Amino acid sequence: MTAPALEVRELALSVGDRRRRWRVVDRVSFAVEAGRSLGIVGESGSGKSLTLRGVMALTPAAVRIDAGSVTLAGEELPLHGRRTRVARRGRLAMIFQDPLSALDPVHPAGAQVAEIARRVGGRSRRAAWVRAIELLDLVGIREARRRAHDYPHQLSGGMRQRVMIAMALASEPAVLLCDEPTTALDVTVQAQVLDLLDSLRAELRLALVFVSHDLAVVRSICEEVAVMYAGRFVETGPTAALLEHPRHPYTLGLRQAVVDVDDAGRAPRSIPGELPEPGQLPPGCPFNPRCTYADDACRHGTVELESHGEAGRAVACLHSDRVPAP
Amino acid sequence: MGSPTPVLSVRGLTVSFASAQRERILAVDGVSLQLHAGESVGLVGESGSGKTTVARAIAGLLTPDSGKIELDGTSLTRRSRSDRRAIQLVFQDPFASLNPRRRIRGVLRELLHVHGLASDPEIEARCVELMSLVGLPAAALDRRPAAFSGGQRQRIAIARAIAVEPRLIVADEPVSALDVSVGATILALFDRLRSELDLGLLLISHNLAAVAAICDRVAVMYLGRVVEEGPRAAVFDDPRHPYTRALLDAAPRLRPEPSEGPRIRDEAPPAGARPSGCAFHDRCPRAEEICRRESPELRAVDGQPQRAAACHFSNEPHTGGRAR
Repeated sequence: MTAPALEVRELALSVGDRRRRWRVVDRVSFAVEAGRSLGIVGESGSGKSLTLRGVMALTPAAVRIDAGSVTLAGEELPLHGRRTRVARRGRLAMIFQDPLSALDPVHPAGAQVAEIARRVGGRSRRAAWVRAIELLDLVGIREARRRAHDYPHQLSGGMRQRVMIAMALASEPAVLLCDEPTTALDVTVQAQVLDLLDSLRAELRLALVFVSHDLAVVRSICEEVAVMYAGRFVETGPTAALLEHPRHPYTLGLRQAVVDVDDAGRAPRSIPGELPEPGQLPPGCPFNPRCTYADDACRHGTVELESHGEAGRAVACLHSDRVPAP
Repeated sequence: MGSPTPVLSVRGLTVSFASAQRERILAVDGVSLQLHAGESVGLVGESGSGKTTVARAIAGLLTPDSGKIELDGTSLTRRSRSDRRAIQLVFQDPFASLNPRRRIRGVLRELLHVHGLASDPEIEARCVELMSLVGLPAAALDRRPAAFSGGQRQRIAIARAIAVEPRLIVADEPVSALDVSVGATILALFDRLRSELDLGLLLISHNLAAVAAICDRVAVMYLGRVVEEGPRAAVFDDPRHPYTRALLDAAPRLRPEPSEGPRIRDEAPPAGARPSGCAFHDRCPRAEEICRRESPELRAVDGQPQRAAACHFSNEPHTGGRAR
């Protein structure tokens, strides 16, 4: 058996200062095979973006990687120190929600893609430019040869996102981490970018990790999904089965909060309460103050992610059998 | 439907802007809309469709080139203070619309005082009531905007809008910057306030799902014009403009789409580069020769007088986008 393209084990991140630290990502583990996709879903502040940043070893200054391992095709990557970038270069790439902040405003789009093809891909200037045009074409930019000379401000939001994907691909990564890349886009353009990522996953056998707050978006692109709450994975499994019958009350809540065009007129139901701030996590199950099933065991005991009956599913809930189908 | 005179009536609204090259660009081209008391209408379209410009013209934030905007049957060419009060805007980014240095109590008190909506002894009680209407504790009055989450800030923006007892709320992408789960609570709040306070609600969004959740009627805009309108259920179940069909097909769903037709291609052209004939023809999966030549009028759909579509083929159902 070959090792998965990406394997993350017991990743733990904390935020704070010298006096106090709070866990914001709590022992998160997952693996993605080449050509497969995993979605990480949760509300703002759940730790989903920080998880990706932890994998990239690109954490903000206040955040520290406390523990865990990141393994790429069997080789463990450093999480600290000077070699974090070099060890990931050409193997692991990431795209973000806001392409404009990731693109350099004073260089043409094609030059930015070519720069990566030259530095990471080891091509000559001329070959790198040719490769940049190929990639812009691959990500669906029409008249790529002409548009390659455009500056980021001359491109629409959807085109910028495509350029960022081309830049990520220029390093020829095995794993692509996507942090809400379609959240700022119109629905029609979102659908196009999701189609693009899905076809790249299949054609280039990329391992895809896709972070979003929207279960419906994740449903359309990911075979597997992990639901994150207060820094922990609370439910994982195949997307279709998990949406059909969530086993964690939080997943059910997220599922019912999504209105989609197929159930027009159904008023969206919300999850009462709000995600706790780091440092204000309740004892026991972190979801217990917002949960209708919570009892004393949930308020005081420990609740771990454990496999749940059906193949490939796991849930961190003491009452998972009481959660009804939506 | 509410009273026979609509709360809001917009007829032939046209707005243009000057481009960098000093040309006039038509952002909104002859848009008409009606909205009754207690009714919610969704205005849907992509970036650049002109939907926000319509909202700003209705709210009086810009002067249209031509067209009539009426509130309860009275023209709004010159707005009195009470006219301005009657139409309130809620924006996408509540943080940008709240003064970070002011406590919520001060913001609301000033509004109530300036508009003479509560006598001094009543003001505090009214502030508490407004907080409870939008689902926030009275203690929120003592805090400043930075102390709130995105969803809570949007609630505060809504409290500020309803404080002046408007007839109509125009909400421009009020949930686009929020998590799905938080957005759901805000949509539910709009829905409740609309029925409790008998408000008209014009919800502007690129997201059909938001509109699907709480709107009675839908108008779809493309490049400055309304291309389809009608009751929500009719439009969503049986769209008569291929653009509406494309928006529905593109919306992310919890269940796999029954028929995943080909996506419409590309993005809408900029407002200054309106294609000839039907403006949608270059992205349309079923465009024919006539579409390239003649621009279709917005006209009633056969047998469904309450609906209209601007498509040469509007009397045929548009099933999943047909390949060329």
